[in-house]
Amino acid sequence: MAEYQNILTRIQVRPPIYPGVALPGGIWKRSGKPFLNYWAGWFGDAQIGPIYLGTTGVFSLVFGLIAFNIIGLNMLASVNWDPVQFIRLLPWLALEPPAAEYGLKIPPLNQGGWWLMAGFFLTVSILLWWVRMYQRSKALGIGPHTAWAFASAIWLYLVLGFIRPLMMGSWSEAVPFGIFPHLDWTAAFSLRYGNLFYNPFHMLSIAFLYGATLLFAMHAGTILSVTRFGGDREVEQIVDRGTASERAALFWRWTMGFNATMESIHRWAWWCAVLCTLTGGIGILLTGTVVDNWYLWAVKHGVAPAYPAVYPPVVDPATLMGGVK
Amino acid sequence: MSAYRPSQLVRGAALAVAVLVLSACERPPIEYVQSGYRGTAMGQVYNPRHLATQADVNVAPAALPPAGEGTPAAKTIYQNVPVLGDLSAAEFTRLMVAITGWVAPESEGCGYCHNLANLASDEKYTKVVSRRMIQMTQYINATWKQHVASSGNPGAGVTCHTCHRGKQVPANVWVAERPPGPQGGSLGNRVGQNNPVRAVAWSTLPQDAFTPYFLGTGESIRVAATTALPTGYVDTLNRTEKTYGLMMHMSDGLGVNCTFCHNSRNFGDWENSTPQRVTAWHGIRMVREINNGYLAPLASALPTHRKGPLGDAPKANCATCHQGAYKPLYGTPVLADYATALGGAPPATAAAALRKGGRS
Repeated sequence: MAEYQNILTRIQVRPPIYPGVALPGGIWKRSGKPFLNYWAGWFGDAQIGPIYLGTTGVFSLVFGLIAFNIIGLNMLASVNWDPVQFIRLLPWLALEPPAAEYGLKIPPLNQGGWWLMAGFFLTVSILLWWVRMYQRSKALGIGPHTAWAFASAIWLYLVLGFIRPLMMGSWSEAVPFGIFPHLDWTAAFSLRYGNLFYNPFHMLSIAFLYGATLLFAMHAGTILSVTRFGGDREVEQIVDRGTASERAALFWRWTMGFNATMESIHRWAWWCAVLCTLTGGIGILLTGTVVDNWYLWAVKHGVAPAYPAVYPPVVDPATLMGGVK
Repeated sequence: MSAYRPSQLVRGAALAVAVLVLSACERPPIEYVQSGYRGTAMGQVYNPRHLATQADVNVAPAALPPAGEGTPAAKTIYQNVPVLGDLSAAEFTRLMVAITGWVAPESEGCGYCHNLANLASDEKYTKVVSRRMIQMTQYINATWKQHVASSGNPGAGVTCHTCHRGKQVPANVWVAERPPGPQGGSLGNRVGQNNPVRAVAWSTLPQDAFTPYFLGTGESIRVAATTALPTGYVDTLNRTEKTYGLMMHMSDGLGVNCTFCHNSRNFGDWENSTPQRVTAWHGIRMVREINNGYLAPLASALPTHRKGPLGDAPKANCATCHQGAYKPLYGTPVLADYATALGGAPPATAAAALRKGGRS
């Protein structure tokens, strides 16, 4: 008999197609004729649609597509409209922010103007999507927790691309749109500002990031392990604890003496995830504005330890010969 | 409800992908050699398979037997020998034979530089260039001991072979390139980066890692803040990426990690750095000097096919000599056997030779 308990899903739930609970009045209806999809069933619910578009949803998609096209067409133009090179070099390609000499001025289109425009449209799109998430939560009568969690990610995005560049007085401090370029930018950012690992808010952010993955592994493992007793029906278990919930709790109480509850584990997870980007954003915001070299800051405040010398003393040769090169 | 079972094939493929991703696409084994205090991540990562390939190209050739003594000065026998005329004729001939092996072993031999009917003639550009290169070698050995003999080994230094390795043009030289992407226009500005090239080890960093630092007056590579708190605008992220690009070249050219010179806890800090960083500091200046004084001016002597697409002469960077090794030829004291000819005069005389050579 098929069991609903493994790391890989071994059965698909294919219930009768249903449209969802009734909506409060509004100008939009759910659109699209729902259908079942085999592959969707391996990852989640096999039913696709209907979807609620809504005004904010439609405009979010429109603005998002404009940003996507500005970035994509600039990348395509940067390889002289060669589709083969576009695919081959895609991870390297980018839309770069303006150069430092433009400060906060609006530069010519091809000198960072496109970047500014793409950033504007993407930001509007993201903020509209946030409004949509908030409104949909309200319409369904559920709490806006997902919207606020998303807001935490938006905070980090805004700090990196908008708030910090404003405070530094230069768009050139912002992140390029590109796969590898934004990663090399991150490394350069840490090099310029003296090692972000000594930034206490970066430390917190990493702790919450790793905390979130650890909690996710613990929680997901626990729930999958009790699915044979119906433990995957978490919502029902919150109000009606059966043997699955009991066993899940007992497992952790036996293992480490303490256990989360069916509700509290989700509070833990929500806060770990939300604080990851919240503290990360604070750390980025302080970099260059309040602290210029995090390693030296950490030395000053006794955070960075001194290690025994392994090499003979090294002196900056520029100080011996005059003139920094 | 209906049940589906994923095939073993899917699971196998997932496992294979996971192994590939987790091993960072380089086949093990990886060897780690600790080079600093424990827990500080100071160390070098090697792959013995790559080291074995590299070892083959970093073997110094056997030196020729020492020259016989008692021969008169070369200038009393040969014509048109302004740079090497004071060598004994035997030492002079020995060097000529050695250079043939270092630079043109397979093609024309002596005829690569010389008109065989008149060895004194300067009609071949290769002879003019090689004279300048001999002066450059002498200049490096005499003036840049802090880079090429920093270990205090008197035999350390460079010969023609250090760069040439049996090739007419050294394998690793650089010329000015057109920036990537469309020039001008209103869309798709690549801003000189985001192009995978060897010069910056296939990163997205600005691809011209050499012109700013290895030519002309040389830009400062120091971009990191030197105070804990801001004291005004120090440097831009773009210039940080440029420095980073140069460092990628150094790492790639020397086959070492960042931690060969730097302590990664604070890259800019000299107190935390290794002594190798001082050697590298001199190396950057040495490369700039030889590019400015010797290599870039050769553009007027070189035929078009030896020049870059923008018409400049091939120039040196770290990889030109190092060729993937932390020391060229793993520090074999190659100069010891040719010190008389290539060791160079004291700096004052070298400067005179430089001026003299400037006319040739």
